[in-house]
Amino acid sequence: MITTTKPAPRLSARRRSTGRPARGGRRPLRTWVAAVAAYVIAALFLVPYLEMLVMALRPNDELGLATILPRHWTFSNFTTLWSTGLGGSIGTSLEIAAGATVIVLLVSLPAAYCTARRRFRGRAAFLLLVLATQMFQPAAMLVGIQREFTNFGLPPTMSLVIVNAGFNLAFAVWILNAFFSSIPVELEEASMVDGLGRIGALTRITLPLAAPGIVTALIFTFIAAWNEFLVALTLSLGQAPSQQPLTVAINNYIGEYSVDWGHLFAAGLVATVPVIILFAVIERRVVSGLTAGAVK
Amino acid sequence: MILALRRLAPLMWLSPAIALIGVVVLWPVVVLVQSSFQQIGGEGFVVGYNGTANYVNLFHEPDFVSVLLRTVLWVVAVVGVTVLLSLGLAQLFNQRFPGRRVTRWALIIPWAASVMMTALIFKWALDPNVGVVNVILHRIGVVRQLGSNQADWLGNPTSALIWMMGVAVFVSLPFTTYALLSGLQGISRDVYEAAAIDGATSWKSYLRVTLPLLRPAILVATLINVINVFNSFPIIWEMTRGGPGYETSTSTIYMIDLKESDVGQAAAMSVFNFLLVIVIVLVYLSTTRWKEQVG
Repeated sequence: MITTTKPAPRLSARRRSTGRPARGGRRPLRTWVAAVAAYVIAALFLVPYLEMLVMALRPNDELGLATILPRHWTFSNFTTLWSTGLGGSIGTSLEIAAGATVIVLLVSLPAAYCTARRRFRGRAAFLLLVLATQMFQPAAMLVGIQREFTNFGLPPTMSLVIVNAGFNLAFAVWILNAFFSSIPVELEEASMVDGLGRIGALTRITLPLAAPGIVTALIFTFIAAWNEFLVALTLSLGQAPSQQPLTVAINNYIGEYSVDWGHLFAAGLVATVPVIILFAVIERRVVSGLTAGAVK
Repeated sequence: MILALRRLAPLMWLSPAIALIGVVVLWPVVVLVQSSFQQIGGEGFVVGYNGTANYVNLFHEPDFVSVLLRTVLWVVAVVGVTVLLSLGLAQLFNQRFPGRRVTRWALIIPWAASVMMTALIFKWALDPNVGVVNVILHRIGVVRQLGSNQADWLGNPTSALIWMMGVAVFVSLPFTTYALLSGLQGISRDVYEAAAIDGATSWKSYLRVTLPLLRPAILVATLINVINVFNSFPIIWEMTRGGPGYETSTSTIYMIDLKESDVGQAAAMSVFNFLLVIVIVLVYLSTTRWKEQVG
């Protein structure tokens, strides 16, 4: 039985409604209302992606049936996925995402450490420049990007590594800057006195303490580059499908007269499920990286 | 000498970042502005200086004004609905209840997944003959006949725009909710208790206490959303390609379409888009009196 129906002083009711189970393990009615509402909303968010799974498991000869669920289920879309050249695209996407992530870390770590530890002229200007890049989106300057990188004549994969690194730098700099700032300088100084040296203090003390920030920056960049569509579409146009990143290659299942929905959604699941799992790891820290710059 | 070196030391740490920003973000803007004053041939080679002809031609495009109006509607409606719904969601997910972690994981899926994939799911679900949304609407009697004009949601500009706005809200909700949640968690519980002692009802304390304290978070979330939604490309491109005609195009889609026929004019459109975003942001900032908030 739920016992909150008895009149309680307003203050204690309010306390309880913010969460902790009432004494004796019973929860107030409000908690359960919130829980049910949240379950329903969570289901609404999940359903479109479940539909992707349902479609991937639907046999091709049932694509024309107006039924909510298929009559038979099949894995054939997954087993024949590789013969459509998807393996090559996964490789290309991995190269782009991993390459961009490595560059972002190599570039943002020194910049974030330096701006967190030292006060120098131009520091604020640099942080502002980084913040401003967050306001720029590839879509707004696509013509410029396309013309510049066509002139460079790099292979599209290389160009995409560089472009994705550039547009995700801001997130990494801000979140790493926040983490480095939160590590007391005294900790580094003490370990230097203990004979670790500057490099030793950095690698043994500071970097491990900033690890959550580094992991967040790493995963966020990887996902953003993996999911990027517009620049990928623009720069990898005319490439062989296996040389195109996943987001572009998936569109090759859309023909002029018919769409290979089964393979499209099977490939979509392959592209989506890993990044959802990765995102769940950094879920709690992402917002601070996206909004920290703007709040400070 | 040594002093000068010490002064230059930060530059060493920062120069890779500055170089990357220069190559990827700043230089394309220069190329973009330059291209907007050039006549550029089909293969991308520059025919010559074109003065302001690209801009003049752009402003005389018959679809230009309607595309701009649609873009403003798109941004205002999508961001407005997103922020309103997110305020509710943030309030809900700020409660403690059993299974909160799992429900939060479901909430992040549209954020983690590629927007292009989400757009394709909805494009499929709205297929006039077999799409699952239409099948369900048919079962409950809303859609009378599968395959009819009524079931062709994406074929009609008005209903297509509404559905696409819905998808845009759907993919914007997770970030916005999380941004507002982190704002809510920054509000001390004492403030609510003080309000409760003063006899404020929960609705009153939300309006008078929570919302004002949440303002910085709302401001930041709205700004980031405005920029994202203005530049949004995959949803419209996958679901209608901006058609029929340009009747569901926003200025971003219109620019990308122009790029196929006239790069110089597309560059002019991009420059114009930049200015438009700046104007929208400034209007928003002035209506919310952000200076009082930040100061």
